Amino acid sequence: MLGVVPASLFFVFLSKIPVVGRGDAFKEVYPWLSELGIGLSFNLDGLSLFFALLVTGVGALIMIYAGYYMRSYQKTNRFFGYLVFFMAGMLGLVTASDWITLFMFWEFTSISSFMLIGFKHEKTAAREAALQALLITGVGGLALLAGLIMMSLPYHSFSFEAVISDPQPFLQSSLFVPATILIMIGAFTKSAIFPFHFWLPGAMQAPSPVSAFLHSATMVKAGIYLLARLHPVMESQELWIYTLSVFGVVTMFVGAWFALAQQDLKKILAYTTVSALGTMVLLIGTSTAYSVTAALVFLLVHAFYKATLFMMAGNIEKITGTRDMNQLGQLNRYMPVATVISLLALLSMSGIPPMIGFIGKELMYEAKLNAPAAGNFILLTGFLANAFTVFVSLRFAYGVFWGEKQGFKKQPHEPDVSLLAGPAVLVFISLLLGIFPNQIAGLLGPAFQSILPGETLIKLKLWHGFNEILLLSFLTVLLGVVMFFCRKAIIRIVSYLNGNYFNLKLSQRFFAGIDVFLNLTKRKTAVVQHGYHRFYLMTIFIAAALLLILTMPAIDFQFDFDLKFNGLAFFAMLAAIMIIAGSIAVVVAQSRLVALIATGFVGIGITIVFVLYSGVDLAITMVMVETLTVVLGAMVVYHLPKYLNYSGVGSRIRDGFVAVFFGFVMGFLALQTSKPTTITKISDYFVENSYTKAFGENIVNVILVDFRALDTLGEIVVLALAAIGIVSLLKLNAQKKSSR
Amino acid sequence: MKTEILKIAAAHLKPFLLILSLVVLYRGHNEPGGGFIAGLLAGMAYVIYAGAFGVGKAKQLRLVKPMFFMGLGIGIALFSGMIGLMNGADSIFTGIWTTLTLGGFSLKLGTPLLFDLGVYLTVAGMLVKVIFTVMEEDV
Repeated sequence: MLGVVPASLFFVFLSKIPVVGRGDAFKEVYPWLSELGIGLSFNLDGLSLFFALLVTGVGALIMIYAGYYMRSYQKTNRFFGYLVFFMAGMLGLVTASDWITLFMFWEFTSISSFMLIGFKHEKTAAREAALQALLITGVGGLALLAGLIMMSLPYHSFSFEAVISDPQPFLQSSLFVPATILIMIGAFTKSAIFPFHFWLPGAMQAPSPVSAFLHSATMVKAGIYLLARLHPVMESQELWIYTLSVFGVVTMFVGAWFALAQQDLKKILAYTTVSALGTMVLLIGTSTAYSVTAALVFLLVHAFYKATLFMMAGNIEKITGTRDMNQLGQLNRYMPVATVISLLALLSMSGIPPMIGFIGKELMYEAKLNAPAAGNFILLTGFLANAFTVFVSLRFAYGVFWGEKQGFKKQPHEPDVSLLAGPAVLVFISLLLGIFPNQIAGLLGPAFQSILPGETLIKLKLWHGFNEILLLSFLTVLLGVVMFFCRKAIIRIVSYLNGNYFNLKLSQRFFAGIDVFLNLTKRKTAVVQHGYHRFYLMTIFIAAALLLILTMPAIDFQFDFDLKFNGLAFFAMLAAIMIIAGSIAVVVAQSRLVALIATGFVGIGITIVFVLYSGVDLAITMVMVETLTVVLGAMVVYHLPKYLNYSGVGSRIRDGFVAVFFGFVMGFLALQTSKPTTITKISDYFVENSYTKAFGENIVNVILVDFRALDTLGEIVVLALAAIGIVSLLKLNAQKKSSR
Repeated sequence: MKTEILKIAAAHLKPFLLILSLVVLYRGHNEPGGGFIAGLLAGMAYVIYAGAFGVGKAKQLRLVKPMFFMGLGIGIALFSGMIGLMNGADSIFTGIWTTLTLGGFSLKLGTPLLFDLGVYLTVAGMLVKVIFTVMEEDV
């Protein structure tokens, strides 16, 4: 049912295609922090529309799929909450037209990805994978924020328009290099580019709809989106072009290589996704009309087949209870429809006509042939990566649907219709677009213009004639097939190499690094948070007093202690005596209870002072707080051992010194505040406007609930948090006791 | 500690303190009072009750749902800030006032009062939650 929302949004966006094509974009701007040049603004241009359609279209299909898939899970409403939250974040990300807005939505997607990867949080592996993904994308997000701020500094505005319409101030600024590197780190972490790629295979702990949606079709494309968005600014910069090309090529190859010998269906798909993301980065970095067209087409193609395959992998796991290729086989007998759908998607992945994947691959080869720098090397690597993909597709198809028959625990059967609907639609579109590719030119054209303004989209066709590109495609498939026939040897060799030489263990190293960091912080915490309440208090008092003394030279002091006891003198003296007597009693008391009551006595004395000097509000609150303190204290004292004079003379003198010192500083300050000053006080504003603007005579209350309501809100939130903290600490203690 | 005198006093004090706390809450805007004090008062009503009858009994009272009230309080406070925004104010927490006339009485109501109600509920909830937990520890 939830699928209705993204589906209707999809049609809304679909109706915008002609509008965007004409060039008058759809705009929404809300003023936000206009003093800082930040606006909550959205703009639907070609590139945004392209991604928005992808998010809502695939999203609708995933929702239908997940609706059935998640039935066997607990807490599915929470799952769908996260999923919708993610979708909203992703839509915001691709339609934002302000860097800070974009960043905000960027983080939304990271957080929802964390929640979704860790959805099966009872499993340690899921929790670790979620944490790893969050930390990596989170660090990348921070780098991105810093980079975006550096980039926008010369403009005093965070809007896309400022930097895209006039890149020169940024390109010439001294922050260009750090800003570009930071932004690229942000994009690379999000899009799982080497060396940050390892979180993506880990993210396969998520339920299959999540892998299909976030980790193949949409979220990991956010980095690609950002690179494409910034491309018009950076296209002539060598730093940009070379970095993207190098990291793109490496990722493309590394991903394909690690996909070769995997046994887990979802891991295979994850590594080919890494490879595909690398390819997209490379294509954007190559920066020709061919390569950008190829990037867009490939992005679409990849989203279609990869989402399909992830959904099918989920189906297979659901029905057979495993996604290990060694335990699967002969499924074509039990699920013919699912077999056909998967095969078509795999054809698209291998780039075989008539699927649109073929067009994507042709364009890629064309782009690589025309690549300006290091063309041959890129071509060769791309050729190998593609051949690996063909090999992996063949293995997938053969190992799952044919191959050796396995004894299944349950009799496999065709998946439910709603589990097949989404994949079927995607595959059907892939096929249709493969035959009539120019149907999407209306969509790709404006997107292309956003990335490479001034050039035009390459015309898409299924048949290019007999040329070197077709030959390359043929050779790719041939190599893949040959590799398939010697698969046993290849898998053995690759596993051996991976196990002994190429095992980067990035994931383990990552966690080892985290452990080192945690140990450091533990040690630091042990020093600062020693657990002795009296030393905490002492630290607070001394620090406060010293800081106050430091600020004192800034104030114009008058040293005349001319105290007037007018009228109220008698009661004031009485209160003062009460306070002093109470204080002395606390110090000399021989039992805790007496000391506690004496503290209460001091409190009541202060309350009387408040009453005398017309601070009735304070007085009422003080009475309550003092009473509560004594009551609570009495409860605690009941459990403590009898009062024994533990502290020696030395520490008593030290404590006394600290107390007297702090008391003097505070007393001195209190005396100074009563002096007339020339500084305009904010309190005057409150006094003047309390009744006229806020309609309240009780100024303290008006400040609390009206002028400074946000502060108060913060305070009550802290109160609630403190309550939860205290309760959980006490309950924890109780549990420990009972378990002992 | 569970004397009959305290029990009777606590049982009778509870409604009295609760009503008093509401009065204090309402008059807070013009005279001494307000959400914080009123919240402490309301919380105290239950703390005294728990002191007399024991936490177990006090926990069974209908209104003792401190976590719920803390959440509700923060929610109300936040919501009161939004009302101004919805009525076209520039910033969050802009006060909106109306006068409600019921029979012969006219009651001045406004979003700051609603905000104070949020403070009241949160403070009362916090007090009850913390003290009840501490008292449970004792038993």
